[in-house]
Amino acid sequence: MPFLIRQTLVYAVPLMLVALAGVFAERSGIINLALEGIMIFGAFMGVLFVRTVQEWGWFQPAYDAGNILGLQGFCFLAMLFAAAMGALFSLLLAFAAINLKADQTIGGTALNLLAPAVVLFFIRIIANQNTLNMYKGDAASWFMLKKSMFGYGRKEEMNFLGSTFVDKVYVATYICILVFIVMSIILYKTRFGMRLRSCGENPQASASLGINVVKMRYAGTVISGALAGMGGFVYVLTTANCSANGDVAGFGFLALAVMIFGNWKPLNICLAALLFGLFKCVAASYSTLDINGDGVYLLKNLNINTNIYRMLPYVITLIVLAFTSKSSRAPKAEGIPYDPGKR
Amino acid sequence: MKKESFFDKAGTRSVLASLVAILVGMLAGSVIILIVGLTNSSLGIKGAWEGIRLVVAGLFATGRDAAGGLTFGFNSASFGNMLFRAVPLIMTGLSVALGNKAGLFNIGAPGQYLAGTAASLFVSLSVPTSVVPAWLVWLMALLAGMMAGACWGAIPGLLKAYLNINEVLACIMTNWIAANAVTWVFDVSNLKNVLEGTKSGYIYKTSTVLNDVVIDGVRSTVGANIPEGAQVVATRGGVATAKMGLDSIFSGSQVNGGILVAILIAIVIYIILSRTTLGYQLKACGANRYAARYAGIQDKRNIVLTMALAGALAAAGGALYYLSGNTEFFWNTYQSLPAEGFNGIPVALLAINNPLGVVFSAVFMSMLQICGQKLTELTAYNEYITNVIIAVIVYLSAFMLVIKMWIGKLRKGKAVDK
Repeated sequence: MPFLIRQTLVYAVPLMLVALAGVFAERSGIINLALEGIMIFGAFMGVLFVRTVQEWGWFQPAYDAGNILGLQGFCFLAMLFAAAMGALFSLLLAFAAINLKADQTIGGTALNLLAPAVVLFFIRIIANQNTLNMYKGDAASWFMLKKSMFGYGRKEEMNFLGSTFVDKVYVATYICILVFIVMSIILYKTRFGMRLRSCGENPQASASLGINVVKMRYAGTVISGALAGMGGFVYVLTTANCSANGDVAGFGFLALAVMIFGNWKPLNICLAALLFGLFKCVAASYSTLDINGDGVYLLKNLNINTNIYRMLPYVITLIVLAFTSKSSRAPKAEGIPYDPGKR
Repeated sequence: MKKESFFDKAGTRSVLASLVAILVGMLAGSVIILIVGLTNSSLGIKGAWEGIRLVVAGLFATGRDAAGGLTFGFNSASFGNMLFRAVPLIMTGLSVALGNKAGLFNIGAPGQYLAGTAASLFVSLSVPTSVVPAWLVWLMALLAGMMAGACWGAIPGLLKAYLNINEVLACIMTNWIAANAVTWVFDVSNLKNVLEGTKSGYIYKTSTVLNDVVIDGVRSTVGANIPEGAQVVATRGGVATAKMGLDSIFSGSQVNGGILVAILIAIVIYIILSRTTLGYQLKACGANRYAARYAGIQDKRNIVLTMALAGALAAAGGALYYLSGNTEFFWNTYQSLPAEGFNGIPVALLAINNPLGVVFSAVFMSMLQICGQKLTELTAYNEYITNVIIAVIVYLSAFMLVIKMWIGKLRKGKAVDK
């Protein structure tokens, strides 16, 4: 059970962060189909940052001394870097969609094609293979919290809460939850958030009240890029041992589905992401999943082909969309280029 | 009335806009190569210059001479392979173009392509050629592939028409479901290549001859060489697209009659779109679904039909590519989607959704791929620069309208100068 909860969070947290990224863009009126591409780009940049800083040896003393705070700070810096790069990358979409009034679907698709291409081009040149790994060590030894850090011995078990939320988890996951909460509050409880949302509903009316629609849409897209970039890095940090290979296997699109399923509202998104995270987790580790702790791998014993579990998240997405799409309410002005003269 | 000048025609402007997109794409690729070359001491300005030359004219690269310099000339293998690789791109390009004409963004081409690949491989390797002639098996395989693709494409169509689910999202989901489903069916199939030790991750080529034999009462499958004392029950495989003499024109390449089939299909789609009621209805739905409904067109039926047709086209791409007999399918594909499917998008956009234009833009795309391949073979750069160029082209085609407007303004500016 602790394993199941922990693993579900590992998938659910990046998913909800990226889904919130989608909300920020769409609430401001821009369809961000490029979430997948931004995640790939952010993941690559984050890993590259970790790799380069490791090469410079800045955090080697902290690692040697077992300085948890120092290493987590390092991880946090990488997250910030990935977020900044994601924001930068999303400017491409913002420029095309806002200044050039481009077709946002095609623009997003272009970014989705561009990210893996650029990333793989550079990975091949830097690493001479198709995967970019950390310079030394692995994600678990550098960034993961372990019970030994809290004085527990090899044989000792932490209590339920400890083994679920402290042992073998990444602090990055909790930082993401914090960011999710803060950003949700900003979107709903501040003047800025309110103005941003108004631009996704009726930009002409917002403009008549003195709101700069172009600026707001830029803000929405750039925040979206930052969140997606950070989500991308955290995703590869926690599930792919901090390595980038120009692919996140449709995770960005899953996030879009989560966003629609969650009806563009943070709390619903949070629940939707947990559901999808659970299915992703089952797909990834069903063969070693011991749900009630009796030593029996129930799902493995069912003898169902691996690929069925792997396709489950996508099938469920379709089914859920089929049932919820009628009642979902997208921001009214999303996808429509802003034209100040339009009534 | 003054005759409209050549440069003021809408068609000319569209083609010009596409050419601008290509030019900027190539330029972006060259700039990246230059920057990487200048910052990388092992490449330097000389390496970068070689890279740029290969990006532009890789099709004509013939290798390196004794002094280590690049040599260029007519390379029949590259030309033939360009045509061969254009086949799946033409088909997925047509698929996306058809969707665009009807106002549907078919990003599901990779999944439909996979569905077609799987169905046609199953038919071509399972139907005994000792009973059914090989050419008929080939045709059956192609049709089975197209049927599978049509069914797969119809799913997002149905979801869009009746439940109003965004077709982009539905297509993406069906893509990943297809990737897993295809891996699954091949995983439990008996078509995995077990005869050649190094090819264990692949399905047999359709041209492989497989003999189901009984040796001492035990059934097994062997290749063309039948062991002594074995009794042949059935012979399968040995199916391949006819070369139609193209291999003698482009010696050393994989080209076959598939390119002619693809061009034929493109012409058929062009006629359907421009000369039939069906085509008119599809375009009407694309222009304004509700107006079309008001005019008495069944918009829901048309959406499903468009997606099914688009699916069949993308699937035919997969079928034609693997039925060639000299390509092998890597079956464990659940983690990745075929690039040919996604590349249908830039092919269609570059051709401005014109079915005949698709043929040319697909050939251009496959030329870029050959350039990328040469880049990997001959320099320290790699083929992914091709994908960067393609992505830049897609990015630019997102605001084709603006580019067209700029071209128009340039013309006007000149007119004033006169």
